[in-house]
Amino acid sequence: MAKVLVVTSGKGGVGKTTSTAAIGAALAQTGKKVAVVDFDVGLRNLDLVLGAERRVVFDLINVVQGIAKLPQALIRDKRLETLYLLPASQTRDKEALTEEGVGRVIADMRNNFDFIVCDSPAGIERGAMLAMRFADEAIIVTNPEVSSVRDSDRIIGMLDSKTVKAEKGEQVEKHILITRFDPARAARGEMLTIEDILEILAIPLLGIIPESQDVLRASNVGSPVTLNNPACSPARAYSDATRRLLGETLPMLVPSEPRGLMKLFGRRAA
Amino acid sequence: MNMFRLFASRPAPPAPTAPIARERLQILLAHERGTTRGKSDLLMLLREEILAAVARHVALDPDKVIVRMERGRDVSTLEVDVELPSGLDRGLAVAS
Repeated sequence: MAKVLVVTSGKGGVGKTTSTAAIGAALAQTGKKVAVVDFDVGLRNLDLVLGAERRVVFDLINVVQGIAKLPQALIRDKRLETLYLLPASQTRDKEALTEEGVGRVIADMRNNFDFIVCDSPAGIERGAMLAMRFADEAIIVTNPEVSSVRDSDRIIGMLDSKTVKAEKGEQVEKHILITRFDPARAARGEMLTIEDILEILAIPLLGIIPESQDVLRASNVGSPVTLNNPACSPARAYSDATRRLLGETLPMLVPSEPRGLMKLFGRRAA
Repeated sequence: MNMFRLFASRPAPPAPTAPIARERLQILLAHERGTTRGKSDLLMLLREEILAAVARHVALDPDKVIVRMERGRDVSTLEVDVELPSGLDRGLAVAS
């Protein structure tokens, strides 16, 4: 049975696209057939983060409008043969994305993939609504910061009322993914703690991604962080989150940066 | 300069701000959940019934009835604001 996941947040810049790429790649590494779908019409970026920006020919709107067939628009990843990207349109009118059309494309993809990961645009407008509309499960990406937590709460409310599942009286299974977490600052009382966020949002935790320079390094070169440097702390955290998504129970650790002697000296000198 | 700084007592660390963030969020979200997630039905219901009750005795403009709920941490208040038409006496006379 195919599963449709939406990666959403309300607020922009919290790491939806990074997380979609990292989790999509980690799922594909387990041998699952995965499609990542960019819903950010006009501001597509998933292609860039995945390093496929020069291979985009057709996009989601082309498929919705019947200009291209789904297999023509899907871009197969060069590193993982079970990972595919359906890019968003760069120029076309947002209104071209209709609920009926998106529903048709998602239903079609359900027959061909194990996982369909929908990368939602920020906000609560049409694109974000359509990205979550057909979801079975949702990953709500949250930063330990007041505006992000508030927006996540709004999105949770929408997942519980505006999705096809909710309208059928069922529940979209929801997970919180906390990104850009800094354990040292949280310990000093400068940042909301994991417990604070979970108590406020009351949704189970999928993973904690530490703030790390490796995330930018990976997007610079167009590679999901889980592929670019699998040993780095955010990659390990994303891999753990992905395994939890697949049903494994793992201890919830915050992977930390390796701290060598050189680094200690480096700090002193600074 | 640096020599002096070496001996000076360390400045106190800044006061933790995360507990303030947490408390502000809890109060705000308790309120927003009420207004954005279905519970506003209660306000609609109260508004309808209060309007009906007042309208039985006074002719009034339905748009001039405002029902508002303020949720605080310890106490919540229900505010009902009914604007009566200027010819109130006549209104009362007609109703009675």
